[in-house]
Amino acid sequence: MNFDIAVMQVFNGVSLFTILLLMAIGLAIVFGLMGVINMAHGELMALGAYMTYLAAKFFETHLPNWMGVYLFVAIPFAFTVTFVFGYLLERGFIRFFYNRPLDTLLATWGLSLILQQAYRSIFGAQEVSVPLATWLAGAWEPTSGIQLPLTRIFIIGLTALVAIGVYALLYHTRWGLKVRAVTQNRAIAGAVGINTDRVDALTFALGSGLAGIAGCVFTMIGSTNPGTGQLYVVDSFIVVVFGGVQSLIGTALSGFAIAQSQTWLEYLISGSMARATILLLVIVVLYFRPNGLFATRSRN
Amino acid sequence: MTEFNRRRFIKTGGSAIVLGAASAGGLSPLTASAQGTVKLGLLHSLSGTIAIAEASLVDAEKMAVEEINASGGVLGRKIELVIEDGASDNPTFAEKARLLIERDKVAAIVGCYTSASRKAVLPVLNQTKGLLYYPTYYEGQEEDKHVIYASQEATQSVIPAVEWLAREKGKSFFLVGSDYIYPRTCNKIAKPTIVKAGGKVLGEEYAPLGHTEFSSIINKIKAAKPDCIYSTVVGGSNVAFYKQLRAAGLDGSKQTLLSTVVSENEIEGIGKDNAVGYYACMGYFQSIKSPENAKFVKAFKAKYGADRVIGDPMEVAYNCVYLWKKAVEKAKSFDVDKVVAASGGIELNAPEGLVRVHPTNHHVAKKVRVGRARPDGQFDIVWESPMIEPNPFPKL
Repeated sequence: MNFDIAVMQVFNGVSLFTILLLMAIGLAIVFGLMGVINMAHGELMALGAYMTYLAAKFFETHLPNWMGVYLFVAIPFAFTVTFVFGYLLERGFIRFFYNRPLDTLLATWGLSLILQQAYRSIFGAQEVSVPLATWLAGAWEPTSGIQLPLTRIFIIGLTALVAIGVYALLYHTRWGLKVRAVTQNRAIAGAVGINTDRVDALTFALGSGLAGIAGCVFTMIGSTNPGTGQLYVVDSFIVVVFGGVQSLIGTALSGFAIAQSQTWLEYLISGSMARATILLLVIVVLYFRPNGLFATRSRN
Repeated sequence: MTEFNRRRFIKTGGSAIVLGAASAGGLSPLTASAQGTVKLGLLHSLSGTIAIAEASLVDAEKMAVEEINASGGVLGRKIELVIEDGASDNPTFAEKARLLIERDKVAAIVGCYTSASRKAVLPVLNQTKGLLYYPTYYEGQEEDKHVIYASQEATQSVIPAVEWLAREKGKSFFLVGSDYIYPRTCNKIAKPTIVKAGGKVLGEEYAPLGHTEFSSIINKIKAAKPDCIYSTVVGGSNVAFYKQLRAAGLDGSKQTLLSTVVSENEIEGIGKDNAVGYYACMGYFQSIKSPENAKFVKAFKAKYGADRVIGDPMEVAYNCVYLWKKAVEKAKSFDVDKVVAASGGIELNAPEGLVRVHPTNHHVAKKVRVGRARPDGQFDIVWESPMIEPNPFPKL
């Protein structure tokens, strides 16, 4: 392997890491902090992707001169729609299933099927094509042999912003303090006057909104169809579980480990074998550390 | 005579029996409608993951049926459609095929898209003596006396495509596919063909179905520097593959990428900008210039809207209905055995040109074309093969 290819491989590893992190961060909040196994998380990503599609269509027909910046409208739009949808979902559906993990699993799986069929009825079974802003097409070439796709650079930057934002929100705001308090002990948190219902709803909505952002940027590298979410949800769960539920840092580090090993294994052996190997590694690690790489210690 | 079908019969229950007996003069519901019409089953995934590719086939089939009915039907009978949803689930396909044959007594079924769904339906066809027209290009390695395979099997597209690449674009190849039977069989055929054409295979890669991360495979392609990339990546993966190829600078100008699974329908999802300049090898392209195709495209757009596009499997689905009609008329019977026996040698002037059912192996002889994707999502046809006889069990 020559130097150029090695540089691109490292870049690919970093890129996949940010993609996995963006996928998993919303799930880490919903599953990790709230303990809700949301099988419909992928469909929330698909919702974000479809909102991006709608935004692109809107710009194409009404503001063709502004197509270059539509993404900066699409991202907040996708976030807002999925955030509101997540909020309503929590209030009208999810909250009836707290402390019933198996029921949640089935209910949200059913929800994911319903959402998929809804997308199919509204947007059609065919894939929709989300146009790419011209300034994001192509690659940055620091030297003639190295091409770093601009879309991936954009995703790396955006994920960094989102991750820092989520960290700041959870660890440096009063609301974040409440979320962590509810996560650690719901009863006591309620007793000291935190409105746990409200915290639950907003936390779930935030997780959903982050899924919306992920769905939005994935239109740049992947496909958008009613089943798109299914492609991402399994990977997201693997990252969260492998990292240790309840640990955002764990999610980040597990995303990094999985991304690097996957890119390199894919390069050294074949794609299918790489995936099988990764899953095997995850199983081995979980066998020895059932709570994931970075489990928070607790007395029970 | 009063029409009523069995499904409504079941729904409305007892009252319908009285009504039915009165109006149909005591005939049983199964034969009541058989005098003036003949039933044809359509069995595709209208929901679930495969519906992306499969649902539009029904539109083409419906159009063929309407045309046939408008011009007098088959053997003087109007075709009555019974449409069932296979729901992207193979056991459901088998179950629905049984319903179509045993409950609805359809004369034939046009249906299935994936090989897995076809394989699931085969035992039912054999038990119930049904007949299936299969409209999708597939990997070959099969010949069932209850199936007419109306599209190109692997050798019919892979061999001419690879030979064309070696002749026109260069001798070194990289093979990329999704990890399942179609790509693996295609590449099994492609490899000796490449060697025979004086070329060499620099790499062969498979990504899991549904994979969306192609950066490492693209790096391998870059490191190998092939003249030609032969792709059999399918489904949503395809979209990711094309987008990431272009973003990584492999835009088809230095290397030629050709796929045997990307039709106009797939380009809709990949995005016209992302697909432009890449090649595909198909039996049918919407841009084929012939009076038959012009008429077909015009009728389709008039019926379903000007923005709809027609890909290879849709055209073959349309042909399937006509192939069945021709076989029935030659056999002068709807009986499955007689129709199958009459099928060999049938010729149809399809939108893609002449197709001819092979005398014995149930596949069709046809032409294939190589097209280059244009910015408008259509293909410029750059090469057309002579008639190619089907060879579902190639000796490699």
